[in-house]
Amino acid sequence: MALFKKGSQLERMGQNVMDQMHSQLAEEERDDLTPEEIEALTPDRFVPHAFDAKDAEAVGYSNYSYWRCTFQAFWKNKMARILLIALIALLIFTVVQPYLPGQKDPNEIFNTYDKYGKATPMKNKAPSEEYWFGTDNVGHDLWARIWAGTRTSLLLAFIVASVNCVVGITVGILWGYVRKLDALLTEVYNIMDNIPRTIILILMSYILRAGMLTMIISMCIVGWLGMARFIRNQVVMIRDRDYNLASRCLGTPSGKIMIRNLLPYLVSVIMLQTALAIPMVLSDEVFLTYCGLGMPKNKPSLGGLVEEGRKVMMSPSQRYQLIIPAVVVTFITVSFYLIGNAFADASDPRNHV
Amino acid sequence: MLKYVLRRFCSAVFSLFIIVTVMFCLLRMMPLEGYLGPNVDKMSPEVIAAKLAAKGLDKPVHVQLAKFYKDLLFHGDLGRSWIFLENVPVVDIIEPKIGVSLKMGGISMLVALTIGMPMGIAMARSKGKWADKLGTAFIIFIQAAPSAVYFLFIQMYFTGLFKLPMLYDSEKPVTWILPIVCLSLPSIASYGMWMRRYMVDQMNQDYVKLAKAKGVPERKIMTSHIFRNAVVPMVQTIPGSLLLTIMGSLYVESIFSVPGMGGLLINVIQRQDNTMVQALVLIFASMGIIGLFLGDLMMVIVDPRISLNRGEASR
Repeated sequence: MALFKKGSQLERMGQNVMDQMHSQLAEEERDDLTPEEIEALTPDRFVPHAFDAKDAEAVGYSNYSYWRCTFQAFWKNKMARILLIALIALLIFTVVQPYLPGQKDPNEIFNTYDKYGKATPMKNKAPSEEYWFGTDNVGHDLWARIWAGTRTSLLLAFIVASVNCVVGITVGILWGYVRKLDALLTEVYNIMDNIPRTIILILMSYILRAGMLTMIISMCIVGWLGMARFIRNQVVMIRDRDYNLASRCLGTPSGKIMIRNLLPYLVSVIMLQTALAIPMVLSDEVFLTYCGLGMPKNKPSLGGLVEEGRKVMMSPSQRYQLIIPAVVVTFITVSFYLIGNAFADASDPRNHV
Repeated sequence: MLKYVLRRFCSAVFSLFIIVTVMFCLLRMMPLEGYLGPNVDKMSPEVIAAKLAAKGLDKPVHVQLAKFYKDLLFHGDLGRSWIFLENVPVVDIIEPKIGVSLKMGGISMLVALTIGMPMGIAMARSKGKWADKLGTAFIIFIQAAPSAVYFLFIQMYFTGLFKLPMLYDSEKPVTWILPIVCLSLPSIASYGMWMRRYMVDQMNQDYVKLAKAKGVPERKIMTSHIFRNAVVPMVQTIPGSLLLTIMGSLYVESIFSVPGMGGLLINVIQRQDNTMVQALVLIFASMGIIGLFLGDLMMVIVDPRISLNRGEASR
């Protein structure tokens, strides 16, 4: 079982940020009265409440709502708020960009014509008014390619993250809750976790034909492991608490216990893992593309654009071809990373007041 | 102790067996051009059959698998390269490369440990102050941004800025600097982060409060109480990382053209040399497994409280 002590860096990182937020929250809420104010609190400022038989019978009621408090706590975090707005703006823009007027086709090669009408492709033109991000070394418009690439990469990331989420949660809860499956799943996990994840990624992409579907399959094969392990560890911790024991004694079916009693506890872990899966997918995509196992050339992706930029990075006048996609991909990954951590903190009920 | 070691050893061997077998079968399921190159359409069926037979691929999978294991276990033979260096035994190709990867990886690991651990300790000691925040920002960036991207920027700007040569040359140690910087950056971040985390965990424990209440000097609490406890979980990862340096970093070695194991894997994948891929994956997977095994053993040696019995491993 020693494996489970290993923990993942990302989880640690999450807690790391969580620590900070705890201390920040504590600072913000310190609204103690100063000695002078306490001095000023004379008895005549307080009025005794009259006894009311009806009020005395009233049952305590709180309008606490888990999700509202989660969003409130999240909204308090200024950096996360700004990043979230920026990220949503970026997402909306990538979706609507092709429908805006004056946009170019990412796969069209633009030519200049000399006086005999002979076409020369506009290669490596620096950013200008016509081509906002310049053109690449074939003559494509980089602006159009960047947004098309962001679309592809984010689509890939969302698909992989949601598959990981579904598979990870299902396997994790079964693994933690059904004792008979524990030994088997632990063995499967050990075997898969023993192999460096890049090796699995490369091997899968190598065996199947390179492309979007292959990438999804190979990233999903390695992706669910982390989520399943976190969920399993949480479930093992809480499955035998008294309230679950009570539910079981009252004859609640196992399925209902899993969904109603266990799952709400796991929201913060799930959110964190899902949000962190996205930077991971983007990183893997850049890496796989470098190995020659990425998307086909006519389907731009951020990984592909970084790789294209890498080829020309040694001539300073063409560096924009690397810098622009690199900035976009870094912005997306870092934002998801920070937002994921902030949301995980916010969804922890201990941070709700 | 012996029983525990034996049990862990058996399970490690079992994992290895499954990995190798599954991988072997998967590699046999590739489309034909995976074996014979892109010109397969132009070959006649007889040529294809002859080529497959020459590589021993015409037999059923389980016969091939048995032969592979027989060669491996009795002769230490991993087969011969198909394309990379045709018909040269894989072992001969790999041998000189392991040294290079080990050297670069070893140096960068030393660098990472000597920078990362003190960084984590310093961050934990100044928790919540600017030094801690700066360190956290650094760690977040290194962890979140794709390494494939910032390595390129290091390569692009550092070569100009410090007049450092871009590509690796085994004769000139000055060319080693950039690959080592790239190799150690992620490890610095991860060592720093773990160290900080474990130190902070330990600081909140009751025994630290007791030591403070007794009047033990702050410095002594840090070194002989907190550090000793915080370093235990770190120890577990060290043998694994050391062994994994043998496989080198796929990406770093490749972009700086370091002639090591990692670059080799990418190279043979791009050239579709199946025996090489198979041998390298076998080696990498076994490194991972042996590293984990040694890490667990180290833990047991370093921390006398860890119990070897399965029932008590409930933490």
